Amino acid sequence: MCGIVGIYLKNKKYNSQLGKFLTGMMNSMATRGPDSAGFAIYSSEKKKKYKYSVCSNTDQVKEISKKLSKQVKDIKVKSISDHLIIETAMKPKKFIEILKNHDELSLVGYGSCIEIFKQVGNPKDVVKNFSLEKFSGSHAIGHTRMATESAITTDGSHPYSTGEDECLVHNGSLSNHNNLRRSLQKKGIEIKSLNDTEVAAGYISNGLSDKKSLKETLLDGLKDLDGFYTFISGTKNGMAIVRDEIACKPAVVAETKDYVAIASEFQAMAHLPNVNSAKIFEPEPGKVYSWGK
Amino acid sequence: MNLNLKKESLRKVNETLQSIDRKSNKKIFKISNPDGNHAICAGLKDEIEVTIDGHTGYYCAGMNMNANIIVNGNVGTGVAENMMSGTVHVKGNASQSAGATAHGGTLIIDGDTSSRCGISMKGIDIIVKGSVGHMSAFMAQSGNLVICGDAGDALGDSIYEANIFIKGKVKSLGADCEEKKMNKKDQNILRSLLKKASVNESEIKNFKMYGSARKLYNFNIDNVSEY
Repeated sequence: MCGIVGIYLKNKKYNSQLGKFLTGMMNSMATRGPDSAGFAIYSSEKKKKYKYSVCSNTDQVKEISKKLSKQVKDIKVKSISDHLIIETAMKPKKFIEILKNHDELSLVGYGSCIEIFKQVGNPKDVVKNFSLEKFSGSHAIGHTRMATESAITTDGSHPYSTGEDECLVHNGSLSNHNNLRRSLQKKGIEIKSLNDTEVAAGYISNGLSDKKSLKETLLDGLKDLDGFYTFISGTKNGMAIVRDEIACKPAVVAETKDYVAIASEFQAMAHLPNVNSAKIFEPEPGKVYSWGK
Repeated sequence: MNLNLKKESLRKVNETLQSIDRKSNKKIFKISNPDGNHAICAGLKDEIEVTIDGHTGYYCAGMNMNANIIVNGNVGTGVAENMMSGTVHVKGNASQSAGATAHGGTLIIDGDTSSRCGISMKGIDIIVKGSVGHMSAFMAQSGNLVICGDAGDALGDSIYEANIFIKGKVKSLGADCEEKKMNKKDQNILRSLLKKASVNESEIKNFKMYGSARKLYNFNIDNVSEY
């Protein structure tokens, strides 16, 4: 089943409430996906700085910070539940190599404005553990998972990020992900799990690195990705939604002058300001909708 | 009587509406703050009038019998699914599978519906003032689907003896669905349905009618790709 949600704020006055809005959306989608949950928050870009979202299997944050600061100059480590947000000027290629030497750490996403958190457990507990309510930013994407394709682990949780400031959440399942995984890995895209959605995320990263737009990439995906899906994809500049041509997997969009919200069910947006006077519609099958700067 | 879903539980509200004292004169109800909840007004069986102020979730007015339900908003998947009788009037848009498998009654949708409107309908009359999505009237067995706007792909796929009346464009027809000539009787059916939905009756001349070509009723090797 799974629940997916996304919100893009057009009016900056709501930026400080982004986490609060997303918390309500995730909580009401807990019934669609009680196994695990995750979310990506986009906040203002830090020039020449990268944020690495890392899941850690140890609580010795101080020691990790010490070890890392020996290898990397000018590093800031923030710990939230079992995640660390590591901020540094070091470029991804180099830093990811360093992270690989730390078995206790696994990278969940990186970029100049994205932070990703995901955890096994009921979404209501997960959002509490990460204090999602306190987050601010410009847009955010969330997922509540009912596991089908791979195990209930943090690795099997959404959102998936296979490129800088990118993320993807998915309701549905893909049937040709094994073949696609192999061909994407040959092209150098790193896919860590056996999950189908991570392959779709890799597919999008591959399209974007070929200088295609997100919209073009998602349209190409309609031909190349076999299965059923509603995707919400996030980038530094905004978010997009696409449903496969059969459109079994639900989605509803509410747009006001202040924000655009997407969710699997309307009830996830019922708490948003002025939603009853919003323009509410269902995305048509095989069509890409996007919002952004 | 006002029922506020912010103050009372959905189960309590539905129980109230499902167990009406038939001797009482309380026949008119209003539900506020539906907030996208599922199964609002499911399983009503008395001649009462319920107005829902706001947007609802899945299966709103499912299995309805006798009740007249008005939704001042949009509805989710499966509005009036398996309805037996009564009327459901949605002032906004409906999601997929509106009026699915319904045996009777009238479903009026002022806006659009998404895919599979009237899937497996068994006698209901559905009037959509806007457009319908793909696979509408899929395996429709009996009843009438009136569409004042356009229809998506595969309209009336594997249809049995239901009628489809449509004013706008049909993106494509499904297997075994074909255009039919409208006779006096069909025109009268359409006229009465348009009247029920307060659509100008003079519009009937702009409608086309579709139904089953009845080629898939019995197995025929020539049609093997269509089954």
